[in-house]
Amino acid sequence: MINEKVIMAGFGGQGIMLMGQVLAYAGMLEDKEISWIPSYGPEMRGGTANCNVIVSERKIGSPVISIPDTLIAMNRPSMEKFEESIEKDGILIYNSSLIDIKPKRDDIKVYALDISNTAKDMGNTKIANMIALGSYIKATGVVSKDSVMNALKKMLPERHHDKLPLNEKALEKGMELIS
Amino acid sequence: MAKEFIKGNEAIGKAAILAGLDCYFGYPITPQSELPEYLAAEMPKVGKTFLQAESEVAAINMVYGAAGTGIRVMTSSSSPGVSLKLEGISYIAGAELPCVVVNVQRGGPGLGNIAPEQGDYFQATKGGGHGNYRLIVLAPDSGQEMADFTMLAFDLAEKYRNPVMLLADGYLGQMKEAVEFKKPERKTPANDWTIGNKLGKANVITSIDIEPEKLEKHNLNLLAKYNKIKENEVRFEEFMTDDCELFVVAYGITSRVVRSAVELAREKGIKVGMLRPQTLFPFPKDIINKLSEKTKKVLVCELSTGQMVEDVQLSSAPGTDVYFYGRCGGMVPTDIELVEQIEKILEGKGEIFK
Repeated sequence: MINEKVIMAGFGGQGIMLMGQVLAYAGMLEDKEISWIPSYGPEMRGGTANCNVIVSERKIGSPVISIPDTLIAMNRPSMEKFEESIEKDGILIYNSSLIDIKPKRDDIKVYALDISNTAKDMGNTKIANMIALGSYIKATGVVSKDSVMNALKKMLPERHHDKLPLNEKALEKGMELIS
Repeated sequence: MAKEFIKGNEAIGKAAILAGLDCYFGYPITPQSELPEYLAAEMPKVGKTFLQAESEVAAINMVYGAAGTGIRVMTSSSSPGVSLKLEGISYIAGAELPCVVVNVQRGGPGLGNIAPEQGDYFQATKGGGHGNYRLIVLAPDSGQEMADFTMLAFDLAEKYRNPVMLLADGYLGQMKEAVEFKKPERKTPANDWTIGNKLGKANVITSIDIEPEKLEKHNLNLLAKYNKIKENEVRFEEFMTDDCELFVVAYGITSRVVRSAVELAREKGIKVGMLRPQTLFPFPKDIINKLSEKTKKVLVCELSTGQMVEDVQLSSAPGTDVYFYGRCGGMVPTDIELVEQIEKILEGKGEIFK
């Protein structure tokens, strides 16, 4: 039974909040129970941002995650802050383009992925969040890529729909990074 | 009907419009600003009035004026802003006008911070403003209930001609969940008491009564109304209370954490349940009395230093030990933390609330 709790964290401006919302929306499209909760302190661009997302096949209790099944760390402070809290046998996906330290835990599955550089190679650094999301859904199987694309279609205003192919490519790229 | 992925604050706004909200008056404050933001965008589209007032005091007095015409009217704020509205709320309750007031609670006292807290329980349920009045207080626990209770709030406000408060918190306001918006059915309210009722009937709407004999009678009428509300409008949810040896009382976002804690404890074989008040006034006294008679132990969890716990003490069966665990200032307990508290109590090491 799916009951997946993920913390996504990084710099403000890396699209962390959107990445979480897209995942939650995709879960909703698959008729799963979902919650998305942002850190909403006095944050700003360049500061730290994180969100908690739960996608579950049963009613969700606390939307606030104390022990995540997965952590997606897009920058170093995020990994330092949350690595310790990951569930035993859980998953850590981290952005090795920006994080120059190694994780301490040896009881979790670790994916060190060159996310930001991959985005740069694709010609748009803003797409890093979708690369991360692609690798996340590949690593966990929580929702399908189709659901994520459908969620993006619903969430993005029509005027941005020309960016959908780029987003899809980024998701696929992220999925490829997981081997 | 399809579900929508929507922020709690916006769910209130959408539900209010569906419920026939005619006028909104408010002033922005974190963590509820998405609500006026949503209404500012959406109300003009359906020919309704959104007005950002110059202050919270102005907004609540605009509500007072508009409510006198019998239309559906709402204001919203967060803790410090609600404090500013209290004089107006007392006037509206005294004049027996229907309206909805939303409080998306944040950290206090004073300016506090913008993180979630439940420190306004006393203010919401015990008056806050002056005089012998009561608010009906609804406590949602999810995006779904933010929507459902907003619709319910308008109905109750009209039914009893009384202000209704929706008491949420920063997390409920900020989080996004899947919400299904129901189609509310509005009963045509009686309008023989309103200003501009087109029945040729002149009414005076006021909260002043110079003669003590008359004011006493008015207050007794209010009391009779509040007693009727206590009789008819108590709402609560029981979760795994059938065989429990201890039950936890919690509302709002805290009850979500408690739900997880109860599930965790059950996995460990601990027989614990939860009683979740959905109305804080009227308070679900009878069920707490009944459950506590059986368990003799109650734990109250709040994002405060202990407010609702006093009502649980008053409601519990004689000889019940009432324990309390609270976090505040924007801190939220984890489910694991609560399981530790539950275990402590069952080992006889809990601290009884004084």
